[in-house]
This record gives sequence, structure tokens and C-alpha cells, in this order.
Amino acid sequence: MSTATNTVTPTEGAQAAARIPGKVKGGHHYWWLRLRFIISGSIVLLVILMAALPQIFTGFGPGPTENCDILNSNLPPSALHPFGMDVQGCDYYTNVIYGARASILVGIVVSLIAFAIAAAVGAIAGYFGGWIDAVISRLCDMAFGLPFILAAIVVLQLFGQRNVWTVIFALALFSWPGGVRFMRSSVLEVRNREYVQAARLLGASNSRIIRKHIVPNAITPLLVLQTLGVGGMISAEAGLTFIGIGLTPPAVSWGLQLAAARDYIDAAPHLLIFPAVFLTITVLGFVLFGEAMRDEFDPKGK
Amino acid sequence: MPHIVAEHARRATNTSPIMELRGVKQHYAIARPLPFAPKKIVRALDGVDLRVKPGSTLGIIGESGCGKSTLARILSGLEAPSEGEVLFEGVDINSLRGAEKRHMRQNIQLIFQDPYAALDPRMSIEQILSEPFEIHPGLVPESGRRRKVQELMELVGLNPDHLGRYPHNFSGGQQQRIGIARGIALNPKVLICDEAVSALDVSVRAQVVNLLQDLQQELGLSFVFIAHDLQIVRHISDEVATMYLGRIVEHGTFAQVYDHSEHPYTQALLSAAPELRQGNGTKRELIMLQGDPPSPLDPPPGCRFHTRCPIAQARCAQAEPTLDGVGEGHNARCFFPGPIPVRSA
Repeated sequence: MSTATNTVTPTEGAQAAARIPGKVKGGHHYWWLRLRFIISGSIVLLVILMAALPQIFTGFGPGPTENCDILNSNLPPSALHPFGMDVQGCDYYTNVIYGARASILVGIVVSLIAFAIAAAVGAIAGYFGGWIDAVISRLCDMAFGLPFILAAIVVLQLFGQRNVWTVIFALALFSWPGGVRFMRSSVLEVRNREYVQAARLLGASNSRIIRKHIVPNAITPLLVLQTLGVGGMISAEAGLTFIGIGLTPPAVSWGLQLAAARDYIDAAPHLLIFPAVFLTITVLGFVLFGEAMRDEFDPKGK
Repeated sequence: MPHIVAEHARRATNTSPIMELRGVKQHYAIARPLPFAPKKIVRALDGVDLRVKPGSTLGIIGESGCGKSTLARILSGLEAPSEGEVLFEGVDINSLRGAEKRHMRQNIQLIFQDPYAALDPRMSIEQILSEPFEIHPGLVPESGRRRKVQELMELVGLNPDHLGRYPHNFSGGQQQRIGIARGIALNPKVLICDEAVSALDVSVRAQVVNLLQDLQQELGLSFVFIAHDLQIVRHISDEVATMYLGRIVEHGTFAQVYDHSEHPYTQALLSAAPELRQGNGTKRELIMLQGDPPSPLDPPPGCRFHTRCPIAQARCAQAEPTLDGVGEGHNARCFFPGPIPVRSA
């Protein structure tokens, strides 16, 4: 090792300072991360609010199937009815706003169920290993072998009248294997850490170690995965409903509205455009939010 | 410091052991590369007998890969040996179940090498230090736990006001103090320190070693102190054992092992520490060992050290010496114990 000293002139120093890149986190500029987080977070909050309290957005006026006049069928947007009228002559703006509830409910509840199953089952598989892990992993492989949408279609066929909870059941039934694998692999990483051994030395039971040490330290990747999954579940619900095996009337949902609109695509394109735009923005909002969360928690991930 | 030597000697001769290893072997099978390839076994520990005396410190020295850390894991009960017994107060700890096992857990604790890795990053210090009492709820009533945790913080020289902080808020030395506080929370009888100060700065290392010694005085702990820092082991130990390739090759009081080493490996190891070579009135020449230690996958026949031993004879390659007494309480596993003759340059 030589210990030669270099003299740096002020201009060289200034040039070097100018070469320092801007504030960067995870390969992205920080302001872009912030902006993405704010935009996607606002979209997510807005649609959740729309699902919980649609009355706020419709000015506490009549609900989706009230105040309809068949004479106004398929009228295009106007000042009084910004989204126009639907086939039955109901205010389409009200319909679209009330349609958020089904999508959000399906997306969030299915993801929550998948999250809970994956967290518990994945933690058990990863922590105990051995034959327990082998059985759970092979079950996951089998569930993976089924095409997701096809399996959901088969299950939904069993029900005549289908509401939101039927759809949630069908989607949740096949949505957990990816999460279980994810959780299992992050538990494998955590379970041999020294703080886990220290807890074992203190005499902690397996259930205590899993609850207090393994799950809190291994849950973050799964949380991000399931947030990203909300968007997927929302589009799955819309897709199933659109092809006629998801929700059935009198439910109100974007998928049902899209399905009804396809017969009038020439005469009343607004029937297709508005729910499609809402659906797209909602899905995009959740996906962006999940990605922002991923970069926030794991700057090395990308 | 003759009185200190006498004190060490008195503690070392106090016989009934608190922990004892009897013929402990730990073999790890390695996955075969092909279905019918011969099975390979790593002999991390290959027949270790050790005694830990109450209130005294047993130092373990040896180079990397000689099985020191495996020994720590076996002693603490994190791993069960593939052969042999680990006795605590005369009972094999791996035969215990249920309440007895939980009771044993209170008595043997381990301090880890990497202080940060040993603390759960998502727990505050208060949660980390309360955990022992939540696991053993009978020890301290719930109302007194906060007070007890504060006392522990004071005992290891940390500010009890910092209980709400998280491990990453502390320096390495402070993190190790937290680890020690957790280790002594249950009032154990044996504390195993596996390279507990190796990751720390030299200045902080001395503080932590002094803390450990103070705690030993106050609480009457027995230590098993595993380290590659030979000087610290000399400073803290009453007895010292040298390990080579999964075996104990020399064992005695610290004065016997350090100043009157009989086994050529111990002499070579100690000669590699410059600060031990100078002073202490002992004349010690640097003994350079040739080559790397043999793989524990395939230990050499005969004496395991003969491939690198400067005084090896033909006999050493054929038969293995036993751990024989070379003095009062001093054992060495060598056919030709004694100082290596100084070579004339």
C-alpha cells in the first residue's frame, strides 16, 4: 500500500462535486418515487372512499337504480348527467360510482384472505421444513398447475345466483399458492438468524418464535406481493363478470356495466368508456402503489 | 501477580464440574453429488471431553475451522451431538423434555459473535430484554418486569432511558452489552461466549471483557470463553484448552498452557501472537507451520497434527496419542511433549 497524497485543485474539486449524481434510491430518482407514491396513494384512497361512501360523490342523491326514466335511454353525456344515461335511462355517473364497491371489495378481501393463508401456511412450511414443508410445497405445485381463471370459472359455475361473496370465495380459493411460496422462501432466510437462535436458547416455544420473530421479519415481501395482487384480483373480477360467470344483476359493478355496454358500442360508446377508464385507473393505482411500496421496503429489489 | 495466580489455581482445582462433555462427537453428513457416491462426513468434533468448573472460566483456543463454534453450539444445547453426552450438573441436557428442559434453558446461555445479528431488528430494547421473563413468567411478576429490565441495563452499563430504542440505534459495543444483558437475564449458571468480543473495537473489547469479569464476580457465573484473540483468553481464563481438527490437544491452567506449553501445536499457535512472544519472561521463537490444516472431511491417520508438526516422527503417522497427563491437571495429546528445541539458524 502506498500512502502517496494527491493534491486536489479547487477546480478539480468543483468538477468532482458536479459529477456526484442526484439523490437516488433504488436506482430511481427520489422525487419520482415520492411522486409515484403520492399519485398512486391518492388513487387508492379515492377509490376506497368511493367504495365505502359512494354517496359523497353523488351528492347524496338517488342511488344507482332509482330515479330512472326509460325515455332517457342511452342519452349521451350532458351538463346535468356528465356520464350520460344507461339503457334503462338511469344516471350513468351514479352507476359507475356505485360500481366501485364490488371491485374494491373483491380486490381487497381476496388479497387479505390470500395474505392471511400465505403468511400462516408459508411460515409453517419454512420454519418446520422436513415433511411438513414437502407436503405444503407439493400442494402449492398442484394448485399452481390449475389455470387460475379456468378454476375460478368452474367453481363459479356451481352457483346459480352469484354475489360479491361468491366471487370472493372462488377467487380466494386459488389465489394463495404464490404467496405461500413467497413467504416460505423469506422465512427460510430468517429462521437461522442468530436472534432466532437466541430466542430458542431462552426457551421460547416454536409458536412464540414464529409469531414474535419469524413473521414480523419475513412478512414484508408478502405484503408487497399481495398489494400488487389487488389490481389483478380487481381485473379478474371484472373479466369473469364480463364473460358472464362473475356477478349477476341486480349487483352493480364495472364488469356488469362493461358487459351490458358491448351491445350498444356503436350507439352509446360512453357506456363502455366510463367504467373502462375507472377500472383501468383503479388497477393502475393499486399496481403503482404496490411497486412504490416494494421500492420503499427493498431498495435493492430493482 | 502471584496472588492472582494462586487464586486461579485455587479455582481451577475445585473439582466437581458444572458442565461436562463426555466423548462428544458431532458429524455432519454432506449431500452426495451422485446417488452412489461415497458418503462424506465432516467430523467437526471428534471425541471431546471437557469439564467446566463452577465459577471459573474455561478458555478455548484454536485456529478457524477447528470446531470451536460447533463446541459452543453443543454446549449451549442449540445442537445435539451425534455421539456422546453433554452433562449439566450431572444430567444429559439432550435427554430433558418439557419443564426440565425449560429449567435447563435458564441455566445455560450463549453470547453470539455478531452482536447486531443476535438482536431482533424489529424489537425495541425493552421488548428484547423482557422476552426472557415472558418465556419464564414465574421468575419476575409482571408488575416488576420493567424495573428488572432497567436494572439489567444498569448492570451492563447502559442508560435505562434508552429502552425504547431499537438495536440499530446502538454501537457495536452497546449492542453486545444488550446481548449480554439478555444472556444474564435469567440468572444462568453457565455463560458461553462464542467469539463474543471478536467483532468489537479493541478499546470496546477491553470494556466488554471487564464487564464479563465483573459479572462473573457478582453473579458467580461459569464462563466458556471461545476466542481467537489469544491475549484476551489468557487474561480471562482460569483454564485453557487448545483445539485442533475437532479434538482437544492440550488442556491445563492458563499458566500451564501459555507459559509451559507441551503440545507443539499450542506452542506454534502461541508463537504466532507477537505480544505473547515478547515479555512474560518466556523465550519463544516464531514457529511457522507448513501448509493448511487438513480437511475435517478426511483427517490424517495417526496424530492429526503430524502433517504439519515440526517434531513429527514416523510413529506419529501410525498411532494416535491420547490426552495424557504431563503435569498436575495438565494434559497433552502428544508422543513427544515438551518445548520444541530452538533451531539454530
